Amino acid sequence: MIDNITYLFKDYTLKTVILGCVILGITSGILGTFAVLRKQSLLGDAISHSALPGIVIAFLLTGSRSPVILLTGALFAGWFSSLCMMLIVRYTKIKYDGALAIILSVFFGFGMVMLSIVQKLPNSRQAGLNKFLFGQAATLLREDIFTMGILAAVSLLITFALWKEFKLLSFNSEFGNIVGFPMKKLDLLLTCLIVISIVVGLQTVGVVLMSAMLIAPAAASRQWTDRLEIMAVLGGLFGALSGITGAIISSSTSKMPTGPLIVLVSFIIFLFSLLFAPKRGILKKLYYTYNNNLKIKQDIILTNLYHSETKNIDSIIQNELWVFDKKLIKIIKKMEQANLLKRHDQSLELTLTGLKRVKHILLVGDSYE
Amino acid sequence: MYNKALEVNSLTVAYHDNPVLWDINVSVPEGVLMGIVGPNGAGKSTFIKSVLGLIKPVAGSTKIYGKPYKEIRKKVAYVPQRGSVDWDFPTTVLDVVTMGLYGDLGWIKRPGKKEKETALYALDKLGMEQYKNRQISMLSGGQQQRTFLARALVQKADLYLMDEPFQGVDAFTEKIIVNLLKELKREGKTIVAVHHDLETVSEYFDWVMMLNTRCIAFGPCEDIFVGENIKKTYCNQPVYSLVTKNNFKNSYVSEERV
Amino acid sequence: MNNAQMEILILAILTSLTCTLCGTFLVLRKMAMMSDAISHSILAGIAVAYLYTKNIHSPLLIIGATITGLLTVALVEVLKNTNLVSEDSAIGLIFTALFSIGIIIISKYAHNVHLDTDAVLLGEIAFAPFRRLNIGNIDFGPKAFYIIGSILILNILFISLFYKELKISTFDPALAFALGITPGIVHYGLMGVVSITAIGAFDTVGSILVVALMTVPPLTAYLLTNKLKHMILVSGILGILTGVIGYHVASLLDVSISGSMASVAGLIFAIAFIVKVIGVKPLNF
Repeated sequence: MIDNITYLFKDYTLKTVILGCVILGITSGILGTFAVLRKQSLLGDAISHSALPGIVIAFLLTGSRSPVILLTGALFAGWFSSLCMMLIVRYTKIKYDGALAIILSVFFGFGMVMLSIVQKLPNSRQAGLNKFLFGQAATLLREDIFTMGILAAVSLLITFALWKEFKLLSFNSEFGNIVGFPMKKLDLLLTCLIVISIVVGLQTVGVVLMSAMLIAPAAASRQWTDRLEIMAVLGGLFGALSGITGAIISSSTSKMPTGPLIVLVSFIIFLFSLLFAPKRGILKKLYYTYNNNLKIKQDIILTNLYHSETKNIDSIIQNELWVFDKKLIKIIKKMEQANLLKRHDQSLELTLTGLKRVKHILLVGDSYE
Repeated sequence: MYNKALEVNSLTVAYHDNPVLWDINVSVPEGVLMGIVGPNGAGKSTFIKSVLGLIKPVAGSTKIYGKPYKEIRKKVAYVPQRGSVDWDFPTTVLDVVTMGLYGDLGWIKRPGKKEKETALYALDKLGMEQYKNRQISMLSGGQQQRTFLARALVQKADLYLMDEPFQGVDAFTEKIIVNLLKELKREGKTIVAVHHDLETVSEYFDWVMMLNTRCIAFGPCEDIFVGENIKKTYCNQPVYSLVTKNNFKNSYVSEERV
Repeated sequence: MNNAQMEILILAILTSLTCTLCGTFLVLRKMAMMSDAISHSILAGIAVAYLYTKNIHSPLLIIGATITGLLTVALVEVLKNTNLVSEDSAIGLIFTALFSIGIIIISKYAHNVHLDTDAVLLGEIAFAPFRRLNIGNIDFGPKAFYIIGSILILNILFISLFYKELKISTFDPALAFALGITPGIVHYGLMGVVSITAIGAFDTVGSILVVALMTVPPLTAYLLTNKLKHMILVSGILGILTGVIGYHVASLLDVSISGSMASVAGLIFAIAFIVKVIGVKPLNF
């Protein structure tokens, strides 16, 4: 087993692929944090689809397949598409989701038109362009990794340098304006950085699935922490973890596409976080909600008992029957066990603990009648 | 003895584990015009929504004319907050008012001439007939509110539940609405409306429910709407703070949830 | 124009019209991106159903896809209701996961059938005339006609029968609930129709054009009209226009038909945007 893994890491091609996936995971995990917190999760989807015409047009204009040129095209198209979305939302009654759908489908459709033009060109080496649709991590070359690495490093450096400003932008941009930061420019810059992180991943996971890499690691890390810094670091880690795992599984099994595997792994990490995160996780929440609702019900019974004259279980049940239906008896039994009240045949009596709790509730809410 | 239009028993509602309404017990007699007042976040809208079954309570029950809401749905009209719908929706004033009759029509059947006439009559009552073919986003706030009221009017209900009918309306609309409420009361209908403006409470309503998570006071305005109760409603700390002191609370990176 | 070309054109028009019908309600419910989610995630349903039947033309594939479409909607709602992720994150998470599952199954087990990954995004409307419905020796035209045709009828029936319910539960779900019209039933009914439409259109025009046709003409009509009936009518007309112009441009320039239709839809939207926003008022008649 360990031999197998060490062998995997000695494989040169695989090393390149894994490195690419890690770079992709870290960048999208960290920048995705901002996209998710700013409720722009699907912006990534729209931008990555819109990058296609940019890539094809860049190829048409230059005839070159160099990653630098193609990615510049993608960057420009991504930026232009987010500008169009902004215009639509600002000047029409169409809401954000509609603008996203328009831009995504129209840009991508146009990209397909351009792609079919390129495919007809004589002696063109267009074969490489298709890989942007679904990504082909296996074809990553050293040169690609180099470009990806530089783009990732630049965008992460800028994010790190402007951390405080981006935090303000995500949390409360109006306040940021008042304090004197150019929030609109920062917004544009952050969108550009998100475009860069998408471009970094296009060759690996492709336009369709790239948005998942922005959302899943960040949404997963959100469940574990309440601090932006930790969330971003965890997002990067989760992204990298998905990248490595996806790449290794894909290379050790035949006919397993890397991109979808990476996305699936990141989705599983997200699901795990959603269920089991210590503070926000669903299991923990269910547990607390159950207890809390039980406590509220008990409090109501206690105060009603305190005010009622008969203290007779029938009168309480009569009174509360439509309220708690069959569960009431169960709750009363639980309260007996908790030593909040005593039951003598048909009458209920508050114990000292129960009385204390009622006083406690009433003391704070002295206006309660 | 009077009939009870609305009975609420031990109603308790919690959002994200914090009680918003705590053990509300009120019974509203038939034929009263009741305002619900209280500070922001006191649970006023929540109260209306849980009566309608739009929110599931932790505990408690409500009965309308002695029956659960589901059985008596047709006797109840609901006027939601103006902000609760998308006013860019491609539809006209008359169309929105006709929607009030969809419940009577049942599935599949379409509104016809009779329904249109009912809607026009209601619009006329609110001084809105001239706007009947307007797209709803072209209306002022007051006109939008009047459209909503006309929609409730066509339902021919006995109990009207209104969420902030006076929110952001002009003086003219306010007057029309007040007159309409008084007219409905004269016809023996019961009205429960969330209200914000303390100065006009006694003038517009004859009963009042003062709410701040708990029901602070409840009854006819002249007895209940007095300085002491107002102080209790608006100045007290939220009374539930200790009830949930040890309970799980969410905390977030920002105020917004992810 | 020869017979096959004519058939492609008719198919393009039928598909556009069908998509715009259910798309109108989708965009009014602010669920435009749901078309993206459904049209991608149905791939998982198709792939799983294919694994089971090993037949690419089995009607089970349509059932599988419809179930997956509804599952997508339900899962997004479940995720959103946990209050732990926002709605758009939920959409992005669910459909990419299902799409990935679909792609993995196809690459692993169905590599050589027509279900290849390019066809998923682009469809192959140009090949539709080759798959014909033959009963005995008589040729009844392309199969796709009958598939899309029945989906179109389903859409028309659904919208005309439940027009009132769709309208009220879209405009004011709380009131619909209070009046006893269960918005949940209407919602899942619509989502079912959207899923069936997506799978039908998916086969001919691919997932991205499903998004384009379901959202762009209805949103263009949304800009231009003030009444729901007019909006449905105008988006239908724009859909047909998109099909006709898109097809002719594609055959003129010899480019991808579905790509060209999406671009034309975008162009029409851009014109409407300019007319509406920059205030170039159309002539008064």
